[in-house]
Amino acid sequence: MRHAFLDHHSSTESPIHQLDARAKIIVFFTFILIAVSLPPTSFLLFALLALALIGIALLANLPLGHLAKKVLIILPFLFVVAISIPFMKRDGVGGGYNLGIGGLSVSQSGLWILWNVIIKSSLGVFSIILLSSTTSFPQLVKGMEGLGSPRIFTILASFMYRYSFILIDEMQRMKRARDSRCFGGRWFWQSKVIGHMVGTLFLRSFHRGERVYLAMLSRGYQGTMPGVTTGRFGAGEVLFLSLSAIFIFLRIYLG
Amino acid sequence: MKSDKVIEIDHLSYDYPDGTPALRDIDLVVHRNESVAILGPNGAGKSTLLYHLNGTLRGDGNVTILGLPVEKKNLKEIRRKVGLVFQSPEDQLFCPTVFDDVAFGPLNMGLDEKKVRQRVEKALEMTGLKGFEGRSAHHLSEGEKKRVALATVLAMDSEILALDEPSDNLDPAGSRILIERIRLIPQTKVIVTHHLPVAVDLCERAVLLRGGRKVEDLPTRDLLRDRELLEQFGFDPDLAEWMYHRKKG
Repeated sequence: MRHAFLDHHSSTESPIHQLDARAKIIVFFTFILIAVSLPPTSFLLFALLALALIGIALLANLPLGHLAKKVLIILPFLFVVAISIPFMKRDGVGGGYNLGIGGLSVSQSGLWILWNVIIKSSLGVFSIILLSSTTSFPQLVKGMEGLGSPRIFTILASFMYRYSFILIDEMQRMKRARDSRCFGGRWFWQSKVIGHMVGTLFLRSFHRGERVYLAMLSRGYQGTMPGVTTGRFGAGEVLFLSLSAIFIFLRIYLG
Repeated sequence: MKSDKVIEIDHLSYDYPDGTPALRDIDLVVHRNESVAILGPNGAGKSTLLYHLNGTLRGDGNVTILGLPVEKKNLKEIRRKVGLVFQSPEDQLFCPTVFDDVAFGPLNMGLDEKKVRQRVEKALEMTGLKGFEGRSAHHLSEGEKKRVALATVLAMDSEILALDEPSDNLDPAGSRILIERIRLIPQTKVIVTHHLPVAVDLCERAVLLRGGRKVEDLPTRDLLRDRELLEQFGFDPDLAEWMYHRKKG
């Protein structure tokens, strides 16, 4: 079975894909910080950020439609959290708009809050999606490590990345085996089977963990994960990082 | 050439943690650059025996690798000398990329980065996997995974290779590619398998195990002619006959 849903498109060839992961992490995280810290009225900077992100996406040969679709994953969260705010929030005198349906009214400050949430979360999610679409997960982990993230976290992340796929495969195989022998039945019978499956999955993972550890020992593991330094900072990285600098400047003097 | 002993096993017995006997009184000597197949049915103790070669398992009796007894204080040195390839590549490959996996052994040996890169490059070349450095193991086919697993051990430049079921789970093409690659490796090899063709293709000597005991230790060429022994172990004597003539011709 093949899975690539974590870092879809990350193996495309483009100038952005070739950049060192550290540069990309820094730039996209500055973008997020700037977007979050802006007051909701700085339309110009929001627009500039969006333009920069779209520019990067185009440079990276990524299909914009696909990216836009991925940004939509924030919709459910927006609906749950923010959509009711304009209706709940009470303005000072004369600030709202009466919708005229059953006494429903929308408040102006509530609308501002909704706009604020929508634009910031879209830009933030767009940045993260761009980062994960232009950087493979292993590179991302190496990049985080290069930026000083504790090694224990990056090692855990790499193991999780490697073995989550195997676990998913195993789960799917078990599900198929169940489905081919199971002909419906009441839910509590199903729940028992699911319980067995979870238990089996746990045992198998536990044993796999043992075997992996033996394989590590066989290749000289002594308690610390070795690593090689990868990537380098060239002109491209510096150029890309200047985006961060430009936006920090704009944030300070325009925002 | 075959004067020095690289593996000496003397009266080795091992019980599984639950008390089930796994190996009984095994004696085995392997000489430098020999290729030995360990054959036998499921549950004969083949893999268990293999795991004793680098101290992954430790039973009663003596195991000596290149003059070093397998003891706690020698384990580091012994694991450097014996490259063990596990049956499942999913267990063997635990790093995010092929490069990281192949570099894991050499890095643990304390080699500098330039050396490590050379070793990785060479190991990937030997297994026909050049250009796979940045790939993730879960995006590879089973045959490719098996070859990466082999490369992880080749990169350590071990003097002895211990392979557990190298052709297991492979389609005929994948199996043939892997066998060709293994054949080109000059080191001493101990190969656990239950496929007679693999044993015949790769090894000049076969050790037959059953119920944790060594039943026979003979040249593979002689095994192919011993119909009775072949029948006992469930191998097809006619196929063996055919392989014998092919090997001769």
